[in-house]
Amino acid sequence: MLSNLNFRATVLSLVMLVVFLGVWQLATAPEALVPHQGELSEYEQLMGAGTDRSSSSGIPAPTQVFSHAFSELSNPFYDAGPNDKGIGIQLAYSVYRVLLGFALAALIAVPLGFVIGMSPLLNKAFDPYIQILKPISPLAWMPLALFVIRDSNMSAIFVIFICSIWPMLVNTSYGVASVRNDWLNVAKTHQLSNLRTAFTVILPAAAPTILTGMRISIGIAWLVIVAAEMLVGGTGIGYYIWNEWNNLDLASVIFAIIMIGIIGFLLDASLAQATKFVRYAD
Amino acid sequence: MSKGFLEIENLSQRFPQPDSNEPMTVFEGVDVTINKGEFVCLIGHSGCGKSTILNVLAGLATPTDGNVIMDNKEITGPSLDQGVIFQNHSLLPWLSARDNVMFAVRARWPHWNKAKRREHAERYLHMVGLDDAMDRKPSQLSGGMRQRVGIARAFAIEPKLLLMDEPFGALDALTRGVIQEELLKIWSETHQTVFMITHDVDEAILLADRVLLMTNGPHAQVAESVKIDIPRPRERANLHQQEAYYPIRNHLVDFLVNGAKEMSARAQAAAARGDDPRHSPRVVNPGKRESHPEPGPRMVRAV
Repeated sequence: MLSNLNFRATVLSLVMLVVFLGVWQLATAPEALVPHQGELSEYEQLMGAGTDRSSSSGIPAPTQVFSHAFSELSNPFYDAGPNDKGIGIQLAYSVYRVLLGFALAALIAVPLGFVIGMSPLLNKAFDPYIQILKPISPLAWMPLALFVIRDSNMSAIFVIFICSIWPMLVNTSYGVASVRNDWLNVAKTHQLSNLRTAFTVILPAAAPTILTGMRISIGIAWLVIVAAEMLVGGTGIGYYIWNEWNNLDLASVIFAIIMIGIIGFLLDASLAQATKFVRYAD
Repeated sequence: MSKGFLEIENLSQRFPQPDSNEPMTVFEGVDVTINKGEFVCLIGHSGCGKSTILNVLAGLATPTDGNVIMDNKEITGPSLDQGVIFQNHSLLPWLSARDNVMFAVRARWPHWNKAKRREHAERYLHMVGLDDAMDRKPSQLSGGMRQRVGIARAFAIEPKLLLMDEPFGALDALTRGVIQEELLKIWSETHQTVFMITHDVDEAILLADRVLLMTNGPHAQVAESVKIDIPRPRERANLHQQEAYYPIRNHLVDFLVNGAKEMSARAQAAAARGDDPRHSPRVVNPGKRESHPEPGPRMVRAV
């Protein structure tokens, strides 16, 4: 059993986790309290130094984080007013924004990428705009979006839309443009109509590349939503983190960080699973 | 000239050259007639434009001059009347062997229901001996099996003309031999008109009724039409025991080693003089002793 690679990797992962949590616990334990010299600065006072907190650094111990996580997760959907909602509600808002923005982007990027990929003329004509628009940080659009849309929730969705569109557009047009000539010749010699060629030859041939673009997009969208929600406020995991930071509730912040990682992983894994269905060995 | 099933008339292909105003003439003035049910092989050195001729017949390339008439209709583009087998199988890798053939059958007979398409596809896959591999994807098949699927796909649409561009070029010698015999078998059952490009003299002798020989490019010509006067059914194992085998083989090899180059030089000189390049291949039958031509250089007939 020790020769099994998966088993050994699992054991190693668990060892790393235990060591990390152990170091964290020790570093934040009350014994590690360093005697403080001199007067406290205003910042240190704000951070709770010198008070009765159990930790020298203000960072909660893993046990505190876990007990907090347990209480949050045991009632994830409570709603006690605008500044006190369960983690499940906050995450649901974020996932909803990401999926909506992502879906709108896919709705435009995939057909447009298809057309750009099929036409060398459009490919060249669109290229300069794509190259310039692609590297713009999606948050740079936020003021413009807020001014034009005049709705913070829709602006956040627009930011997700604008950041997800580029990887899908670029990958779709690349995937469509690099469909092997042999396969196009097969379509031609079988007298397929353009529409049939698009759906029965080009789409399956380019599908793995298109889905890779979608996977990149949803990853970026999940990165961006946190920052976007910190800006627009109201709801969402990004707002939640910022709110808890203002409350100096670092246990909640750390818990939220972990939840962001887990949800991001699930989004990526679901698209990886979808890629499996369309992948083919050449 | 008698009207054949397939008429290639005064076919020429020229490409513009980047460094001169004169276009590069790959081949010109090609006149060839192919009869229904005939198996014709085209042999020539690399670069003489063999594949271009095949692509013109397939409708995938447009010639600079001349035209091709099949069954009294001009070929203007690819269609289901011309089946093509390429050297690199060109199967769709996301479809199983059966689905690849059914894909073609569906294009041919769109109104057929699925059961009928499936039955038709499986019949042709059975002909090439792939009963056990129908559900496999191309990546799970050997090179020879993939090429067999390609053959089944091309035969399954029952085209008027079957075009093959060095279909066995990428296969090892043993596999090639087996598939050649399978091709012979399926051809004798269907009597397709076949036009095939090959580099392999023995393959051409085994399969063809007639071998067209092309001179080297530029200004390549289809110089000879060599009748393969060996009775069918032919078998690879005893082909060399046939009386006509060695005269034919020697003639073909001699042409490829010496004739193609010499005739090419003459054709280029003629082109420089401005002669009409239109020509029909000289008909030869090396298998018949009395008509055995002298080896060595000979004039290309200009019409």
